[in-house]
Amino acid sequence: MRITVDPDRCVGAGQCVLSAPEVFDQDEDGLVTLVGAGPGAAKESSVRLAGALCPSQAITVHED
Amino acid sequence: MTQSAPQVVDFPLRSPSVPFPPPGYADYRGQEGLVPSRLPNGERVWLVTRHEDVRAVLTNPKISSNPEHKGFPNVGESLGVPKQAQIPGWFVGLDSPEHDRFRKALIPEFTVRRVREMRPAIELTVQARLDAMLAAGDSADLVADFALPIPSLVISSLLGVPPTDREFFESRTRTLVAIRASTDQQRQAASKDLLRYIGRLVEIKGKWPGDDLVSRLLATGSIAPHELSGVLMLLLIAGHETTANNIALGVLTLLTNPQWIGDDRVVEETLRFHSVADLVSLRVAVEDVEISGQLVRAGEGIVPLVAAANHDENSFECPHMFDPSRSARHHVAFGYGVHQCLGQNLVRVEMEIAYRKLFERIPDLRLAVPAEGLAYKHDGVVHGLHELPVRW
Ligand code: HEM
Ligand code: SF4
Repeated sequence: MRITVDPDRCVGAGQCVLSAPEVFDQDEDGLVTLVGAGPGAAKESSVRLAGALCPSQAITVHED
Repeated sequence: MTQSAPQVVDFPLRSPSVPFPPPGYADYRGQEGLVPSRLPNGERVWLVTRHEDVRAVLTNPKISSNPEHKGFPNVGESLGVPKQAQIPGWFVGLDSPEHDRFRKALIPEFTVRRVREMRPAIELTVQARLDAMLAAGDSADLVADFALPIPSLVISSLLGVPPTDREFFESRTRTLVAIRASTDQQRQAASKDLLRYIGRLVEIKGKWPGDDLVSRLLATGSIAPHELSGVLMLLLIAGHETTANNIALGVLTLLTNPQWIGDDRVVEETLRFHSVADLVSLRVAVEDVEISGQLVRAGEGIVPLVAAANHDENSFECPHMFDPSRSARHHVAFGYGVHQCLGQNLVRVEMEIAYRKLFERIPDLRLAVPAEGLAYKHDGVVHGLHELPVRW
């Protein structure tokens, strides 16, 4: 599993941080940023949940 | 594309004789395409009721949030809310990219981390309200004495309103939402008072900046002072009654389902179950667009009903059950897309603290009237309770 994020699309709703704080954070502008060791650090289901909940399609979860 | 002309239904205004969400929503969800509806003023709009379709509408770039567009649903008028000109900075009514300048400037103020830092202050606010309630006797109206003051006090401290002015601020915000107890005139006067106060606040923070949201936003330079007043009014209005009604409805639900008291998952399920902002995310097509197989022409109004979407059987198992153990976070109680509620993480914390502290301090809290007799705000834009009489 890989994740890409697009801070330009992010609207700072924080859904990703609530779902998988080990993987997603909000930078000082409040926009999405990846932290830590990547998706392996969290349960895959929480990462997928983050991708599904993001209201602005700023998170892409690649299942490869 | 749907060919047969489906029946045009009356717009689902709430009424004292119909439970909320209206049972009719289930029929609408079962219909193909979108549901054509007529507002009391004769305007035609499309109702959107399935979870998937509501998300599709709220992320479609051919669909606008701007009430200045011809065909924008005038739902407020049907509820007796006079139509007002857009004020500068009211960015919930702007589309990208104009909208994004405001949103981007505000995001840092509402991050998960920032809201976590506000927790101790919110706890103190809630404690103080509970102290006052307990000191006043053995009964209260939980709407007026608890649910309404909490978000007002939280927002005023967020905006940097000095403690000495919080009572002024609270009384004016209370008048704004007391649709039964105040007249149109009183509400307009309260709104003017608040706008004037906020304008002065912006001026003062411009001269003597402090460590608060207004000073920081001014320092970014991306929002002009006259726009900032509109932004602050939006924060106040968007975050007051919505939060208060969720607090009061959540407490009512807990009083009738006490097995969930003390479980923080109640917050998300309350947001879904009650969906107070059912008539909030209004839209208009600015180009011809197809939604759920239905052609919507440019200039036609669209009303995504979030309570219908949040009770969609295809997205939530047994949606009519209040079940905090479900995973409910894909609800659209905060909308979806670029306008999804900016204050959502703040609200989650406010609701959690309000429920927890209330039942910790007053474990024998109970309804003072039968639940069947409670009056709902069927006459307001945001669903909620007029009063919630309790005793202990
Ligand atoms: C439970 C309480 C709340 C509910 C149910 C709620 C609901 C909503 C909904 C449905 C929207 C989307 C409107 C649309 O799509 O046109 C929205 C937007 C917004 N809300 Fe909330 N809200 C709540 C509390 C708050 C609070 C506490 C604040 C701030 C202090 C706030 C600030 C905003 C703002 C600024 C927007 C506009 C965002 C934008 O256009 O980008 N809300 N809210
Ligand atoms: S959920 Fe999406 S919009 Fe919200 S902070 Fe994360 S990436 Fe940004």
